[in-house]
Amino acid sequence: MSEPTNPAAPADEPRRDFLVKLSLGMGTLAAAAVSVPVVSALLAPLLEKEPQTWRKVGTLADFPVGSTQLVKFENADPVAWSGVSSQSAAWLRRDSETTFVAFSVNCAHLGCPVRWEAGAGLFMCPCHGGIYYKDGSVAAGPPPRGLTQYRIRVADNHDVELLTAPIPITNITS
Amino acid sequence: MGFLRKAGAWLDDRLGISDTIMPILQHPVPPGAKWSYVFGSAALFCLLLQVVTGVGLTLLYQPTSADAYKSLEFISHKAVLGRLLRGVHYFGASGMVVMVGVHMLRVYITASYKFPREMSWISGVFLLFLTLAMAFTGQLLRWDSNGVWSAVVAAEQVGRVPLVGTYVARLLLGGDTIGGQSLSRFYSYHTLLFPGILFGLVGFHLYLVLRNGVSEPAKVGRPVDPKTYRQWYQDMLKKVGVPFWPFAAWRDTVFGAVTILAIIGLALVFGPPELTQPPSPSLIYTNPAPDWYLLPVFALFALLPANIESYVIFFGPLLSVLALLALPFVSNAGERSPLRRPWAVFGSVCVVVFMGTLLLLGLKAPWSPHFDAKPLTASIIRSTDPTVVHGAALFAEKGCIYCHQVAGHGGIRGPNLTLVGRRLTPGELRIRIVNGGGNMPAFGGTLSQKDLAVLVTFLETRK
Repeated sequence: MSEPTNPAAPADEPRRDFLVKLSLGMGTLAAAAVSVPVVSALLAPLLEKEPQTWRKVGTLADFPVGSTQLVKFENADPVAWSGVSSQSAAWLRRDSETTFVAFSVNCAHLGCPVRWEAGAGLFMCPCHGGIYYKDGSVAAGPPPRGLTQYRIRVADNHDVELLTAPIPITNITS
Repeated sequence: MGFLRKAGAWLDDRLGISDTIMPILQHPVPPGAKWSYVFGSAALFCLLLQVVTGVGLTLLYQPTSADAYKSLEFISHKAVLGRLLRGVHYFGASGMVVMVGVHMLRVYITASYKFPREMSWISGVFLLFLTLAMAFTGQLLRWDSNGVWSAVVAAEQVGRVPLVGTYVARLLLGGDTIGGQSLSRFYSYHTLLFPGILFGLVGFHLYLVLRNGVSEPAKVGRPVDPKTYRQWYQDMLKKVGVPFWPFAAWRDTVFGAVTILAIIGLALVFGPPELTQPPSPSLIYTNPAPDWYLLPVFALFALLPANIESYVIFFGPLLSVLALLALPFVSNAGERSPLRRPWAVFGSVCVVVFMGTLLLLGLKAPWSPHFDAKPLTASIIRSTDPTVVHGAALFAEKGCIYCHQVAGHGGIRGPNLTLVGRRLTPGELRIRIVNGGGNMPAFGGTLSQKDLAVLVTFLETRK
């Protein structure tokens, strides 16, 4: 038979089956190939290891013993278009000549910025009223755990340095 | 005229206006669908308004972490009619949230989700959450300090997802911290990804209206029977159906137009919300709070008992979505009239009262310390005794006033102490201050014995 066959004829079933599979298969392949770089862009934050780095936040002379101060520093790897949004802050207290303690400003409840109230001797959160004692433990309100601490070191030249860290995320098990 | 008529006929033929579009516009709908049916289309008009004003805003907006705030200042204070444009987009978002909510309540109360419109409900549930996602990412794009902290709060919320919470949070922020990558992602979600999904779902939602027909107004004693409903509906349309355009659609367009004019009016009178501080996470003297439509959630987070809160943050939304998706399958047939479904009406009223109460509480935020409370004045202290005056000064200095009110001054988180001298003895006051308790920190570690005595002396005079 040389003339075109009716595509609906039963003899064409294998051909129909093949064409359907070919179309769907090729479409899936093309879509999958495209999705690799797109999904990579979406998941990039999980695929890249984010560095931590020591940032100078002042010198020993800036921090009298017993004082609690807000120190500001740049995140570990700011991009050129970050502007001021790559800045972070921490509450740094000098407990003695040699010891410092630095608290994250992020409330352990939902991350809002806590402020140190020197008179009350408490950290207080404006959002939902989380309150912490000077050692960072929960004093009142909804936070399920205390304030996260940063690592601090004093360099030989008396620079006080802080190790940057991710925004502390409170998990369901905290 | 001959040419115009010919051109019109040509377009009609090539575009299929008479053949395809008019029959769709004039498809028969049940009669008697009155003003309660206009909220869905009003939500659609709000969406169109958001698209148009959103395109307008992108002409002026700079979607980078460094420049977004500056461009917002430009839009709000310098650009020609930029303030109005931003205001319309802001009130348009509010309008869309309201219309989607009212539309959903109407559909629930009249049980329009029953056979054969289950998929309309399900696509509607997704549209509700997409609308909220748009509203949230939109307020965040202001990229002021409120926007930055909103991003952090959102990351903390998704952080409660079991096992993968920290990763999801990191994905949301675009990294370990707020930075240049954060805003790019929210901008992409708000202007491309979410609208893309939204348009697809709205198209699907509208297609289903054509496929299954507009639900007829519910009537007592006329239950939905899946076996006979479609036949009954077709017969009803043949007998009494009216063309959608213009006999039903006029209400939609009139109400939609009034809605849009009202939004523009609100934007003209009130303008968009003022920007807060620049987007630096190191500017911590700020008081982050979401726009009004997310305040109920904000309030809920402050009020939930701490020991169950993490579970509520995760399981609450999950179970709500599952319950909403299950609804048209659990309740698929039977009575639609609210008169025969009193519990549905009662439940709807409860939801509205619950959300409204949380909204009012969110506006008041009684749980937040009042950091701006001023020291008590001489007229409130009503004493010249130096110890009492010193005690009143300590009341402000030690932060008591952030949470306790005296004669209308101070925070409202803790009990009002205007008359505390009548309730508690000096001994009881001392125990309470030193040990804290309930939701009060213990001040034993920070107050000297002398300050404590002075403070108690002051409080004792409050009667």
